[in-house]
Amino acid sequence: MKRSLTMLIAAAVMGLAASSVSAQTLNAVKSRGMLNCGANGTLAGFGLPDAQGKWTGLDVDVCRAIAAAIFNDATKVKFVPLSAKDRFTALQSGEVDVLVRNTTWTSSRDTSLGLNFTGVDYYDGQGFMVRKALKVNSALELGDASVCVQQGTTTELNLADYFRGHNMKLKTVTFATANEAVKAYDSGRCDAYTTDASGLYAERLRLANPDDHIVLPEIISKEPLGPAVRHGDDQWFDVVKWVLFAMVNAEELNITSKNIDEMVKSTNPAIKRFVGTEGNYGEQLGLTKDWAVRIVKLVGNYGEVFDRNVGAGSPLKIDRGLNKLWNKGGIQYAPPIR
Amino acid sequence: MAIDLPTASRPPRVAFYNDPKIRSVAYQLALCVVIGVLVYGAATNAIDNLERAHIASGFGFWNENAGFDISQTLIQYSSQASTYGRAFWVGLLNTLLVAGLGVVFATVIGFIVGIARLSSNWLVAKAATGYVEIIRNLPLLLQLLFWYNAVLKALPAVRDSIHILGGTVVNNRGVFLPRPIFKSGFGIVEITIAAGILASIVFYLWARRRQERTGEQAPLLWTALALIVGLPLIVAAAMGFPVAFDFPEAGRFNISGGIEVLPEFAALLFGLSIYTAAFIAEVVRAGILSVSRGQTEAAYSLGLRPGPTLRLIVVPQAMRVIIPPLTSQYLNLTKNSSLAVAIGYPDLVQVFTGTVLNQTGQAVEVVAITMLVYLTISLVTSLLMNLYNSRMALVER
Repeated sequence: MKRSLTMLIAAAVMGLAASSVSAQTLNAVKSRGMLNCGANGTLAGFGLPDAQGKWTGLDVDVCRAIAAAIFNDATKVKFVPLSAKDRFTALQSGEVDVLVRNTTWTSSRDTSLGLNFTGVDYYDGQGFMVRKALKVNSALELGDASVCVQQGTTTELNLADYFRGHNMKLKTVTFATANEAVKAYDSGRCDAYTTDASGLYAERLRLANPDDHIVLPEIISKEPLGPAVRHGDDQWFDVVKWVLFAMVNAEELNITSKNIDEMVKSTNPAIKRFVGTEGNYGEQLGLTKDWAVRIVKLVGNYGEVFDRNVGAGSPLKIDRGLNKLWNKGGIQYAPPIR
Repeated sequence: MAIDLPTASRPPRVAFYNDPKIRSVAYQLALCVVIGVLVYGAATNAIDNLERAHIASGFGFWNENAGFDISQTLIQYSSQASTYGRAFWVGLLNTLLVAGLGVVFATVIGFIVGIARLSSNWLVAKAATGYVEIIRNLPLLLQLLFWYNAVLKALPAVRDSIHILGGTVVNNRGVFLPRPIFKSGFGIVEITIAAGILASIVFYLWARRRQERTGEQAPLLWTALALIVGLPLIVAAAMGFPVAFDFPEAGRFNISGGIEVLPEFAALLFGLSIYTAAFIAEVVRAGILSVSRGQTEAAYSLGLRPGPTLRLIVVPQAMRVIIPPLTSQYLNLTKNSSLAVAIGYPDLVQVFTGTVLNQTGQAVEVVAITMLVYLTISLVTSLLMNLYNSRMALVER
């Protein structure tokens, strides 16, 4: 008793809630009645609240899908806007249950940072944006340029690697948030701004004169972006992992938010397993039989979510490219539900 | 009324738990135990949690390769060859640079404004009041963002750089000064400078003794200038100026060569200096007002002019009141320099608690080191100021 009391006080002192780090995230989320989701907050297409405070974005919709699977209510999510610099601390300390904030999956983050990446919701790569007036056509011409970059990202490291690898001199100017980095670039402090290509298209829309800037063709890195959870809770890891897989599987099976009600009556065995009329795959995850139906009905399949946030149906109009399904020329692939 | 001496000399017997001495010791012991248990519990809990989540701990990261670039490095640093430990030193030196220069500028501006507030000239006094009231009542972060954006917006792009006489270039990438390169033979000039400084000190000591003896004053400033600046100049001229300059030149994108002063640095230094100066001005004003009016009147009646009165009579006495709160302002300036993170200046917090923490994920270690560093800087500053204060304090005979 004495030890548990000191533990409790100590936990309060350290700001590390002991219980939330242990293996019961799903139960904690259920009893709280709300999912705490670490999101971007400033990146159009991935996580951005509008004037009414309604969040939109690909990452945001992944969080909604998790809430839909658990609560049958996609609105039971509390979005916590995090900077690139603070995001891992927020997840490690239990402030958020899941981090879906255009975060690149790397080996050190998967190991020594104590995170588990559950999959890839967007295959991205790092690029550069420059002013057209500079007449630069390739990133290889950027030797000796000043580059604005956001702190605490793989971008910061890739940038140094790329310039080093091509024996080019580099002047980085590092900012704590993407907002400040973009503002400095826009005011002429830097010749180039670098981040993931998807982010470049999103940020360009916010510049004073978007048409004065171009995104260079080089993609200098692999940036698989995906949701991450804490180490040590396999059940929660499985839930988050399979929510994303369900979205991809739904697209592959042509199940959409429009036709889901007919699909529930389907006799196709793969679809029957998906909608829960055959087997008890949802219960194995700690959810209900119709977990995947809830996701598709309330949020949509991967293709729908992609299209409305970053694809053809959005202002960003990013080509699906690598993010097409594996059988359509891309590399988005999900293991089967069975 | 006989007094029973033996009983009076013996204190009344009380139970040991009612003895105030024993009680206070017991209370303090109990408090220490509670604090100890809390600290121990917090530490073990943190370690438990880190282990359970398989988060790396320890200080092994110190010698790992950093891999990121820093825009201002006072010591040799490169992303491929330098470690996180090196990045720490780079950040620390950047913090010390901006804090050190900020303290100097803030003190100079603060003293000028503080004295100006007491000026009998209406315009000067009101202008100084306006400065203090506006600057110290706006949040520092807001001011830094304002100065940074004002600096960037006001300066031209690289292609339209302003060239100032003497080879200095100014644009929105910074101020680029010619860098002197000392050729062989410059050592003799350096020796002359050192000799000039020594000679000036000797002259100062001689002049002071002569003034105490005869009351005659010597032209100290001009003599020192001639010895420290004039003499080396003559020697350098005789040797044909053994100094070359590396002038900043326009490259494809940026200015290369020369000494580079980043706009982030300029904005931070400027913002910190004028913000802290507003507080120092009030401290100085309070100090001067604490010196009784009679001191000034006595000085005037002895025939001293206002300048020497202020310099020789008022300020030395005011310093005793000024120094302790001045120390707090120096500490505030140093700690406020961590707001650099908002405008992209690579100080300790930006480099170490920002990028290094994020890359290693070792929040507990990195934050603990950073706190220790700020604590050390602050304690050293206080120590030095306390030493100065004890020298300035009234010596009672």
